[in-house]
Amino acid sequence: MAERRNDNKREPWRDPGAQAYVQIENVTKRFGDFVAVNNVSLKIYQHEIFCLLGGSGCGKTTLLRMLAGFEPPTSGRILIDGKDMADTPPYERPTNMMFQSYALFPHMTVAKNVSFGLEQEKLPKAEVAQRVDEILDIVKMREYAQRKPHQLSGGQRQRVALARALAKRPKLLLLDEPLGALDKKLREQTQFELINIQERLGVTFVVVTHDQEEAMTLASRIGVMNRGEIVQVGTPSEIYEFPGSRFVADFIGSVNMFEGRLIEDLPDRVRIHSPELGGVVYVDHGISSAPGAAVWAAIRPEKINISRAAPASTAENCVRGIVKEIAYMGDLSIYLVKIEAGKMVRVTLPNIERLADDERILWDESVYLSWHSSSPVVLPQ
Amino acid sequence: MPLPSHRLLSGRLGLWWEIFYRFGPPRWTLYMRNNWAGKRLVIALPYLWLVLFFLVPFIIVFKISFSEVRLAMPPYAPLWEWISEKAIDVHLNLGNYLYLVTDDLYISSYLYSIKVAAISTVFCLLIAYPMAYAIARSSPATRSLYLMLIILPFWTSFLLRVYAWIGLLKSNGVINNTLIALGVIDEPITMMQTDFAVFIGIVYSYLPFMILPLYSNLEKHDFTLLEAAADLGAGPIKSFLRITLPLSMPGIIAGSLLVFIPAVGEYVIPSLLGSSDQLMIGRVLSDEFFANRDWPVAGAVAIAMLILLMVPIMVFQHFQSRELAGAK
Repeated sequence: MAERRNDNKREPWRDPGAQAYVQIENVTKRFGDFVAVNNVSLKIYQHEIFCLLGGSGCGKTTLLRMLAGFEPPTSGRILIDGKDMADTPPYERPTNMMFQSYALFPHMTVAKNVSFGLEQEKLPKAEVAQRVDEILDIVKMREYAQRKPHQLSGGQRQRVALARALAKRPKLLLLDEPLGALDKKLREQTQFELINIQERLGVTFVVVTHDQEEAMTLASRIGVMNRGEIVQVGTPSEIYEFPGSRFVADFIGSVNMFEGRLIEDLPDRVRIHSPELGGVVYVDHGISSAPGAAVWAAIRPEKINISRAAPASTAENCVRGIVKEIAYMGDLSIYLVKIEAGKMVRVTLPNIERLADDERILWDESVYLSWHSSSPVVLPQ
Repeated sequence: MPLPSHRLLSGRLGLWWEIFYRFGPPRWTLYMRNNWAGKRLVIALPYLWLVLFFLVPFIIVFKISFSEVRLAMPPYAPLWEWISEKAIDVHLNLGNYLYLVTDDLYISSYLYSIKVAAISTVFCLLIAYPMAYAIARSSPATRSLYLMLIILPFWTSFLLRVYAWIGLLKSNGVINNTLIALGVIDEPITMMQTDFAVFIGIVYSYLPFMILPLYSNLEKHDFTLLEAAADLGAGPIKSFLRITLPLSMPGIIAGSLLVFIPAVGEYVIPSLLGSSDQLMIGRVLSDEFFANRDWPVAGAVAIAMLILLMVPIMVFQHFQSRELAGAK
């Protein structure tokens, strides 16, 4: 996760008086009987990188296409810069889009692709040429200006698509799975370049992605979508550390979920009895649910300690189990531990030291799993 | 652009067309790659066909075009004669070609044929483009239906369809009678034996040859390119002119040649619908052959026409190879 440099300075969504650049108000989109986007309301502020994150078919692309003007909303309003976009066709909107397939014009050179949008503005030729050079410099594609798209690699095409979308200096740039077609290494590298370009040009980005890592890296805020609805909006760390629902907790990263019943609910302390865990979960922050209510305690795998000896501190939650599976990932190892109540629990451990085999916890060993009472998140639904 | 192999199985009507007009071997021939004899055989068959039914007749016609007319059977002098065991007497007569250039009839017929073919091609294109575009943009189910309808006229004899036009266009034909009955006109309009009738006949008959290659091109267009153009500020007309039109150029050229080339040599339509004042070259050729029984001049007319048509075919080849070089 790349924390954005000026995060604390620019969090306009925390300021109730701030003017949103994009306002999506109760937007619904139906295709026949199918509801692609269901009553979505969102505010996106200037200079944000807002990621719409969700699985395939969750409506994220439809929402983006409605912002671009390719699909009219069935109901609801979309305002960009305070102006209702209902009657504005795509070619008159202050937005530009980077397509998932890049949609580069195959019969035009890189330079012609990039200048296409500028030519529509009827700018003088010299200025068009200068701005094309400028933007190709930013994406480091200047020496390829005279190539045709089919002569470029996937990564180069991605850059040209970005340059073309940026050439008109849009206030709002819409990116549909911008890095989807790139391999992992190139994708990581490009993510940071995208952030740099965004900060340099001060454009507002709305990014659609199904890749949670990509969303975590890029986003100032993430809107998690499921079945056409926005389930949760928040910064990457809010979404990860404080998921609002089981869906979000499960979708972002991996998580161990224990179903249980609330037996004590104090402002600073919660106890949950969970038969799945075979005991009681202590949580050191309060929630607002009636005692006796069914809740889930969600614990991230990296927040669980695994040890051969019983943990010293009694303040910690602790269960016993047997290691069933180990996956060595290089930077970390994943343990699947069967706890006494029968449930499989996932634990990850960073491989900080090079341990000899006898120091390492191995298959079928009996271990203690423990976590601090600040670690679990209590989810009412 | 190679044929996508899945289309071989799709059973669409456009498919056979595409194979035909591109003359490309279908993908399954790749299977023959490991089979040396089979591969040779597959390639040899079309070659053999072309040699037997195109090259050999062409050489015969070419040979006849250099001989002299003679009242005999066949009605031309042989090109060479053995005058002794060791000597051969060759008569190479260039007069037939010279005759074509000196007699106004031939030059004006050639020019008229090219004019008629060119104008018909333009009208075909203007009518076919929106039709092909609409078919390519319709849903896959209705697409097959539309293509079916385009090809349906081929199930009736070509000659019958041209005769039907006589029934429509003549002075007491369907069109004139209707217009008079409606009171739009008092006197029948003369449509038969005019250039207008010839254009109608050619455009009507050759329209499918324009629609199908255009359709097969337009159908492959990526619709997101138009969205991208709109997104970059181009309105519908601009998008069409800058994106769709240039990308459909191969289809336009293929369709135009498929209409233009046979239209130049068209014989039946101008004979039945056109006037006898101005003849198209196909008619001249047939008159030369059947009425005049001057096979050598007829041969020369045919060869000259072929050379004339080589130019657009080479243009087509040039564009095809450029497209192939430009494809991924």
